[in-house]
Amino acid sequence: MNQQIISAAAQGAAESANPLVPNLWEMGVVLAGFAVLYFIVVKFVVPMFEKTFAERAEAIEGGIAKAEKAQAEASAALEEYKQQLHDARAEANRIREEARAEGAQILADLKSKAAAESARITEQAHAQIESERQAAVVSLRSEVGTLATTLAERIVGETLSDDERAARVVDRFLADLETQSAGAAK
Amino acid sequence: MIALALPAQDSGTFTPPGIDQLHLPAILPWGASEGFSKQMLLVILSVVIIATFFVLAARKRQLVPGKLQFAGEMAYGFVRNSIAKDIIGGRDFMKYVPLLFSLFFFILVNNIYGAIPLIQLPSFSHVGGAYVLAVLVYVTWIGIGIKKNGLRYFKLATVPSGVPVYILPIVIPIEIISNFLVRPVTHSLRLFATMLAGHLIVMIAGSGIEFLVMQENFLLKGASVLVLAGAIAMYMLEALIMVLQAYVFTLLTAIYIEGALHADSH
Repeated sequence: MNQQIISAAAQGAAESANPLVPNLWEMGVVLAGFAVLYFIVVKFVVPMFEKTFAERAEAIEGGIAKAEKAQAEASAALEEYKQQLHDARAEANRIREEARAEGAQILADLKSKAAAESARITEQAHAQIESERQAAVVSLRSEVGTLATTLAERIVGETLSDDERAARVVDRFLADLETQSAGAAK
Repeated sequence: MIALALPAQDSGTFTPPGIDQLHLPAILPWGASEGFSKQMLLVILSVVIIATFFVLAARKRQLVPGKLQFAGEMAYGFVRNSIAKDIIGGRDFMKYVPLLFSLFFFILVNNIYGAIPLIQLPSFSHVGGAYVLAVLVYVTWIGIGIKKNGLRYFKLATVPSGVPVYILPIVIPIEIISNFLVRPVTHSLRLFATMLAGHLIVMIAGSGIEFLVMQENFLLKGASVLVLAGAIAMYMLEALIMVLQAYVFTLLTAIYIEGALHADSH
């Protein structure tokens, strides 16, 4: 039995093709097939995939760049608004300060003006009083003269006979006049 | 081999299937000594499958990919980034992406055939295809080396820097043998042998199960279940190896190209 197996194996070995000896037609088919595949891959598959990859990378990077730009713009705008707000506050402060200063200035002006006015009015009043007093003295003097003359006429016209009485009237008149003029002179 | 351990009973001896069973009769007469074989049909079919899938997946070029485009991009990105970019490096890896990409998926699909019921023939279990691809890669990386470094490339590739002069007579022949003679052989045979072995195991297990089931002995019939369990485990392992070998072949190609590109820094 063993012999049978061995002989069968030997027979098989004799009939077996050497597995390391290639079939030329198969080699040709593999070479041609691989060449066709390589051509298709070089011509179509790799360029298409690479293009897709590049486009995708660009889309992603472009999106990131766009987002970054928007972010930068937004922060710039925020900065600008803050700056504007700050400026506006400073401006308002400045205006308020100015108004306050101006108000104080106006008040001081008005005060000094009022003081000057009151001084002027006082001065004028004094002058007026003085002049009126002068006028009064002058008119009084002339009036006193007239009165004296009138009195003298009356005395002279009516009572020349009564010397004593006339003398008393004249004395009294002169005394009155003196006191009057002294009071006026004061 | 199982047959040697088993007592032959009614149906005689178990003859394990051999290499010959890998070479099915030609589908079409060819006029030459060999006809148009199943392996050739599968190779052509693989080109059609890969090209159709990736052209369809890449064609739409949407920024937000659909399912098909996403699958295509994942597959393409795997070869592009995990093999080409990582091994060859930053600047000039794009030139070699098409070669690596074609190699990976050509080998992958042709290997996976072995795991698909009814097809079940990994194209590279026939050694010719593996030779073709290995020679293509061999010519490519030597061409790159010469283009990049001129004829000085052969000195750079065989005389390692920093080795004492008295060791050079030993090192240089070793480098020549390992880089220029053994490399293409191992590169092709690794792929071929794993595919052939995987295919043989599945075939032997299959015919072994058939043989055991035919036995009158109840215990022997039952033993077929064990073989079936083993065959399923081997089938899973084979499926893993099919993918792994495609990856290894492509990875080694990338490493060879990188070595040729940067020969002066090795």
